[in-house]
Amino acid sequence: MTKFRENNHLVGYLFTAPFIIGFLIFTMFPMLASLYYSFTDYNLFEAPNWVGFDNYKTMFTGDDQYWKSVSVTFTYVVASVPLRLAFALAVAMLLNKAIGGIGLYRSAYYLPSLIGGSVAVSIMWTQVFGDKGLLNSFLNLFGAHATTSWIGSPGTAIWTLVALSVWQFGSSMLIFLAGLKSIPASLHEAANVDGAGAVRRFFKITLPILSPIILFNLIMQTISAFMTFTPAYVISRGEGGPLDSTLLYSLYLYKRAFQFTQMGYASAMAWVMLLTVGIIALILFQTSKYWVHYESKGES
Amino acid sequence: MLTTSPAQTRLKANPRKRWKPILFHLVVGLLALVMIYPILWMISSSLKPNGEIFSQAYNLIPSRIAWENYRSGWAGFAGNTFTTFFKNSLIIVVVSTIGAVASSAVVAYGFARIPFAGKGFWFACMMMTMMLPHDVTMIPQYVMFSKIGWLSSFKPVIVPQFFAVPFFVFLIMQFIRTIPHDLDEAAKMDGCSKYGIFFRIVLPLIVPSIVTAAIFSFYWRWDDFINPLLYLNNPKLYPVSLALKMFLDGDSVNNWGGMFAMATLSLVPIFLIFFVFQRYIVEGISTSGLK
Repeated sequence: MTKFRENNHLVGYLFTAPFIIGFLIFTMFPMLASLYYSFTDYNLFEAPNWVGFDNYKTMFTGDDQYWKSVSVTFTYVVASVPLRLAFALAVAMLLNKAIGGIGLYRSAYYLPSLIGGSVAVSIMWTQVFGDKGLLNSFLNLFGAHATTSWIGSPGTAIWTLVALSVWQFGSSMLIFLAGLKSIPASLHEAANVDGAGAVRRFFKITLPILSPIILFNLIMQTISAFMTFTPAYVISRGEGGPLDSTLLYSLYLYKRAFQFTQMGYASAMAWVMLLTVGIIALILFQTSKYWVHYESKGES
Repeated sequence: MLTTSPAQTRLKANPRKRWKPILFHLVVGLLALVMIYPILWMISSSLKPNGEIFSQAYNLIPSRIAWENYRSGWAGFAGNTFTTFFKNSLIIVVVSTIGAVASSAVVAYGFARIPFAGKGFWFACMMMTMMLPHDVTMIPQYVMFSKIGWLSSFKPVIVPQFFAVPFFVFLIMQFIRTIPHDLDEAAKMDGCSKYGIFFRIVLPLIVPSIVTAAIFSFYWRWDDFINPLLYLNNPKLYPVSLALKMFLDGDSVNNWGGMFAMATLSLVPIFLIFFVFQRYIVEGISTSGLK
């Protein structure tokens, strides 16, 4: 008995068992199953038939809607992630000051992120950008006779989703704020004495020190942007319209799987997404050698 | 005339300094107002009479306070009121959170403090899971839950939470690392087993990180939309997030006031927790990049 209690291997596995069991059941097994389904015509009701690379072939060569969803998703990711990080950093630098009321401002900027994932906010957003919504009401106040629905027009609908995502820069801002606070004031003072202006100090001191945080944010936010589902579903009432202009990848995958019960096809879509996200993360990591500075290297 | 106070000289020497704070408050304050305006607008719309919401949308002040929106919204759909939806949400969120936090704390201790064969491998698996898109596991999980007859029950939404949430494990581990090893050693000398060390020494010390994980778990489960959408096909089982969507479906499409009222109410628990636990939330985000 004492031996059992002191054996680190056993005790270690006992403590980590919840994760290991959960990982095998809810991650490992589903991943393998999904890979298998992706090569079948599984439709939930009949036994799956092996169809080889047919799903992948259809996806890449015979499905215009698929490419539409890819292009909508790339537009969304490429526009929203950098904008969101840029806003987060800019506002964090503004708020990195000891001025009265700073706590209140910090809360105000963080508020949208706090409630960002909720259905309530997506619902509110459909009304803000609707034909008689908040935005048009303001535009009309200034004499523009705006009557178009931003959410109902194919040309602008995806940008309302980008706007929603950028609006929620608060959590990245808090991470940047923590990073900015860790920069010793003496560094800036020394650079100031040497005659470096604000712009130079930003590029030579602030950015390099924040670069590991920027990399972390960039990767995590890119992954989560690729997976965006709820706002697109709510705003387009599950359709991805108008004219598929808000058909984000996750939404299209959901439609294929649960509206058309094409589990095989949707699984193939999921694997292409996994590979794409993996490759993008890898590229970001690889290029980070050139722009991320780690203090442990002893530079500067 | 020659004697000017130091304060005056400073002002004269650099008049720009005086305006800087004012300009700062003007710019930052205005931007903050733009940020929270949509939220204020939603709350004010929930109190406007139905005909008024879109007639002058920018206006935040209702001509009269229309409490009836809250009554008509609460009435819900086809006999299922928001009493049911809020109760469902609470059950799901509370049970999930207890499961997620308890299992994550145990696993975090295992990874942080016990050397065992294969630890590196399993830890790598955990970090990988953290970045894995949900879409990849969603379909087989759905098939699995449907085969064991768990559809239209809370089980698929709640049970997986009892098997540790990687983000929380990571968060709690970071915290355990700040506890000196000497403490464990001392307890071991006194004859404490690993279990004793965990329950009597580590657990009380990691309470702040557990609170942080619990808050985030609450938020994520409260906002969760896709899992209920997949698994809870019966309106009797809908949580608030899914119920809100029904305002956009079919017949109920014109009860704007009721919709805004319930959307506003759905945010109340989130705000309450934020105002009570602000410190934990800000620290949790700053140290681990959660959310």
